[in-house]
Amino acid sequence: MVVKESKYKKEQYTEWFNAMLMMRRFEEKSAQLYGQQKIKGFCHLYIGQEAVVAGTMSAIEKDDRIITAYRDHAHALGCGITAKAVMAELYGKSTGCSKGKGGSMHLFSKEHNFFGGHGIVGGQIPLGAGMALADQYRGGKQITVCYMGDGAVRQGSLHEAFNMAMLWKLPVIFVCENNGYAMGTSVERTTNMLDIYKIGLAYDMPSKEVDGMTVETVHEAMSEAAKHCRDGSGPVFLEIKTYRYRGHSMSDPAKYRSKEEVDEYKLQDPLEKVRNILVSKKHLSEKDIEDIETRIENEINESVEFAENSSYPDQSEIYSDVYVENDYPFITQ
Amino acid sequence: MRTIQFREALREALNEEMRRDDRVFLLGEEVAEYNGAYKVSQGMLDEFGPKRVIDTPIAELGFAGIAVGAAMNGLRPIVEFMTFNFSLVGIDPIINSAAKMLSMSGGQFGCPIVFRGPTGSAGQLGAQHSQAFENWYANTPGLKVVVPSDPYEAKGLLKSAIRDDNPVIFMESEQMYGDKGEVPEEEYLLPIGVAHVKKVGTDVTIVSFGKMMKIAMGAAAQLEKDNINAEVIDLRSVRPIDYNTIIESVKKTNRLVIVEEAWPLASISSEIAYMIQNQAFDYLDAPVKRVNTLDVPLGYAPTFVEAFLPSIKRTIDAVKSAMYI
Repeated sequence: MVVKESKYKKEQYTEWFNAMLMMRRFEEKSAQLYGQQKIKGFCHLYIGQEAVVAGTMSAIEKDDRIITAYRDHAHALGCGITAKAVMAELYGKSTGCSKGKGGSMHLFSKEHNFFGGHGIVGGQIPLGAGMALADQYRGGKQITVCYMGDGAVRQGSLHEAFNMAMLWKLPVIFVCENNGYAMGTSVERTTNMLDIYKIGLAYDMPSKEVDGMTVETVHEAMSEAAKHCRDGSGPVFLEIKTYRYRGHSMSDPAKYRSKEEVDEYKLQDPLEKVRNILVSKKHLSEKDIEDIETRIENEINESVEFAENSSYPDQSEIYSDVYVENDYPFITQ
Repeated sequence: MRTIQFREALREALNEEMRRDDRVFLLGEEVAEYNGAYKVSQGMLDEFGPKRVIDTPIAELGFAGIAVGAAMNGLRPIVEFMTFNFSLVGIDPIINSAAKMLSMSGGQFGCPIVFRGPTGSAGQLGAQHSQAFENWYANTPGLKVVVPSDPYEAKGLLKSAIRDDNPVIFMESEQMYGDKGEVPEEEYLLPIGVAHVKKVGTDVTIVSFGKMMKIAMGAAAQLEKDNINAEVIDLRSVRPIDYNTIIESVKKTNRLVIVEEAWPLASISSEIAYMIQNQAFDYLDAPVKRVNTLDVPLGYAPTFVEAFLPSIKRTIDAVKSAMYI
């Protein structure tokens, strides 16, 4: 593996390594627990794409807003939601970050400015633009990062939101995490125009392609985009090229692509790249790395224990949070 | 008391609420520089400026979704649809996002938003501009659906809708914007979910809402001539529905007719009929009758429009049938 020149300090690489390792191990555990049917419903894993979230979080501020689609576990962890609260939500427990009402696809945390995982492909794109409109309206300095997959860019919602975001110069970074496949359909099979970032150019939106298998390049592109948005210059569109090692969801055997293709991407694994830099630059010893591994493994095991020991929401909770008031006259017969 | 138009009543509600709370803003097609397709927002751009009265491109999916995102992030948007027929292009953010956000997020992200505009037929507008979707929206938990029938209700209910912390669908009528009615000078709010007994009677209960209240009241007036004293209930909102007011009335009159401008299957009328047979079966002296639109897309010709819509005659026929006369 070719190790890129290290541009950042030890602390930055260590932070990335911690964040990405947490996402990776959390998802591996999720897969295992899904196999045991501890986690049910739909479950979309992020393994392979970790550099996208890690490179975003290091480039933006804590009070910036995040919204994404249903492959949202890593985004939630990246925003600072604890592994316990995310795991408990995957279990459907009342201690989950959405009180067991969201599940894998609908993680939320107002405290962490995480505006959720959303289940309708492309539905979150206008929402992200609207979140940015609210901050612009109040004269705030916050920006919104609105993630989507390569499937979502074919929805009309993207085009309508792009048009208005440019018209009104909304402080939003639209991030297409292009992992090559919209469920089982490759980008090539859905369009003549393979360069997704060029969609933004149709609206004169600053748009570019970014290597998403390298956390530094994501960080740099996101930093530049965040500055552009925060300066009041309007939205930015980044097509971040990445790859998911697992299927679309846990029920997808991914027969639409070859083992060779997957293996090729694994050779440029974003997590391994960071580990190699940390070791080769002697930022961290093997022992340090092991300690991090152990700490994260423990944290995840604790999250599973927490989820296991938490209770499901009481059935009496079923009528709460549907309306703000607690005396809405639901039809009960 | 002074008399103003339905559109003026709506405008007063919008203006007063926007002066009261700077998180409230209006967006939609032609709302600002054109002063509103039906002149509801006339003059509002001048008072509030383009930041708070926002012209959008023709992109219902996009601007409805942007408004939902803004509501999640602390604002209180009012979205004007030029007609609710067009809301279907933007129904995803309403049903999949606005209605579910509070629940899906475990109570963390509310969506205080009003989607408003005209519903129903308005003359010979053809099949795509003559539809009523009150029951579609009323079917969805998380939403409230309000349908005012006169200027007084329009103002009092819209003010409540704007102050409501839940998403509210507020359905007006192209044919009512010019209607005049008494509206107090002083501020008032009308609660959402409370029906109004517009005419007290003893012989039969007629339930309706929105523009069809004119048909219900017109039929009741004619029935007086035949010594039939109908009680007329204006629902004001169809989610929630004030069932108790209907049930109490039926316990008194023992007969129920529902007038609704909507296709009959799975409609507000069928829902009320179900609830009354369930809750007031022993009080009914006749089957519940309803007067809906015909079960077809509405064609252009005037003969079709006349046959399609609930009418005073069809309502009187339904009442007489319920009274076995």
